[in-house]
Amino acid sequence: MTPGGSPALVARFVPVGDRGLLVEFATVISEAANRAVLTLDKALAGSSVVGINEVVPAMTNALILFDPVLTDHVALRIEIERLLDAADESQPEPQIRRVQVCYDESFGHDLSVVATACDMSVDAVIAAHLAGDYRVLMYGFAPGYAYLGGVDPTIQVPRKPAAIRGIPAGRVIIAGPQCIVTTFVMPAGWSVIGSSPTPILDPAAEHPFLFDVGDRVVFERIDLASHDAAVAAVAAAGTDSS
Amino acid sequence: MTLAQLVVSTVGPLVSIQDAGRFGRLRFGVTDAGPMDRLAHAAANLSIGNARGATAIEVSVGGVALECRSGSVTVAVAGGGFVVQHASQTHTEWTAVTMRPGERLAVRPGGWGSWAYIAVAGTLDASMWLGSTSTHSASGFGGGVLTAGQQLEIADARVESDREGEIPLPDFARPPGRVRVVMGPQTQHFRDEATAAFVGRPYELTSAYDRMGVRLDGPALPLRDVLSIPSEPIIRGSVQVAGDGVPTVLLADHQTTGGYPKIATVVSADIDAFAQQRPGEMVAFDPIDAATAIDIARTTRPLVGDYLATVAGAGRTLTHRLRLSNLISEAQI
Repeated sequence: MTPGGSPALVARFVPVGDRGLLVEFATVISEAANRAVLTLDKALAGSSVVGINEVVPAMTNALILFDPVLTDHVALRIEIERLLDAADESQPEPQIRRVQVCYDESFGHDLSVVATACDMSVDAVIAAHLAGDYRVLMYGFAPGYAYLGGVDPTIQVPRKPAAIRGIPAGRVIIAGPQCIVTTFVMPAGWSVIGSSPTPILDPAAEHPFLFDVGDRVVFERIDLASHDAAVAAVAAAGTDSS
Repeated sequence: MTLAQLVVSTVGPLVSIQDAGRFGRLRFGVTDAGPMDRLAHAAANLSIGNARGATAIEVSVGGVALECRSGSVTVAVAGGGFVVQHASQTHTEWTAVTMRPGERLAVRPGGWGSWAYIAVAGTLDASMWLGSTSTHSASGFGGGVLTAGQQLEIADARVESDREGEIPLPDFARPPGRVRVVMGPQTQHFRDEATAAFVGRPYELTSAYDRMGVRLDGPALPLRDVLSIPSEPIIRGSVQVAGDGVPTVLLADHQTTGGYPKIATVVSADIDAFAQQRPGEMVAFDPIDAATAIDIARTTRPLVGDYLATVAGAGRTLTHRLRLSNLISEAQI
């Protein structure tokens, strides 16, 4: 069942208290492990395994939360191994989510720092950021805080010595190999390169979160006037989550 | 529709609005939140005829005092050993009383416990966020933290005269100073001596204690590889160890993922009572295997269910309540 010819990753099952089962495909981040997580997530979503309350996909593993009165670690492991054996590992064509980004210096105050660190021009950093092939690896840390894998290696810069407090919602950050759009005012030790008016988290919407794990994300550059107009439009619609 | 209005006279920190929690969105980075002690929250609500997960006020050791401005409403206070003062009466047991205009209700820490719940017979008006009124502490969304002078409105306020009086306190609501844990999921990131150290001697709860979790003080738990593990899911009860080897037990407002290894996970049955421990108190960790943890969950749920069904029973007479207390006391021995 490995269309690409690569050997399937062997899942390791670890109990998490009395109501969790961690299904781990690797201990270091790899595309294959994340793909295996997505395959499992999809297989579970399409199944009717008794007792599962929630599935939390992460980079290299997924946590299955269950009702211990209805099932247990052993029964779930058997079900999941069966599902993985039968799983169709070919991922469906991912959804493409478009996120607008304005690189004006008033937002992207770390752009020039990144440019200097990478020995590139600011324009080249922007071009490299726009050219990235982003995939939603997982959410974590805070509501709507999605880790987007796929930052171009030429602009992967290390963390700052100390986190900067009070980074507003909607800032576009590059954090090593990952890109993040903030959804709340929060501290961040990474490089802020722009601002996005695209709501990632809209509590009033039927589907409050823009991304699903596994989606592709494309950044589209907008100028300051368009950015400010879009921010105003979102605020007027009363759906601003910040 | 009968409206009752309460005003917050004085309030300490970390007193917040909580319903049962905001479930099913861990995959989007949204933690469950909800009460630190879910059993006491449910008991307070059910004792006055509310739905189990209705919106209530979570009171920290900072305490709170409310004054009734208009309308009359029965309120229940349960959780820990708090002291309740109402209309010149002092109660040290979990209790339901009716507040009438001009009356004051003060809930302050007593002999034990960190969290108490004030449930109101009716619907406490509170902001909803992602389907729940529970306060999301990092953002402040949801019902929010109470502030002095704030007015609280209760729609469909009810007086439940036959539900006034003591609410039985079950044995399992008291923290025994021990919690049962399933080791892992990342024991492989710890040096061999860490596991023995973790279960070998009790830890002290430090004052670094809020709704996100409580940092412990005790034997250091040396990590094998301090570098980092891929960020992965956390649940209420995860015992996370930072690079300095100090464990933290994560509670209601934990982050949904983290890159620090977890040495153990507290079983569900022991988390609510553990959350009632105070800084300075000791907790010992008893390791059990996963199958035993399942057995505990399966034997605990009907006990909790029976207790809550009894609390929810309408028209509890004094005799009935006394008999119930006796039964519960017998069961404790």
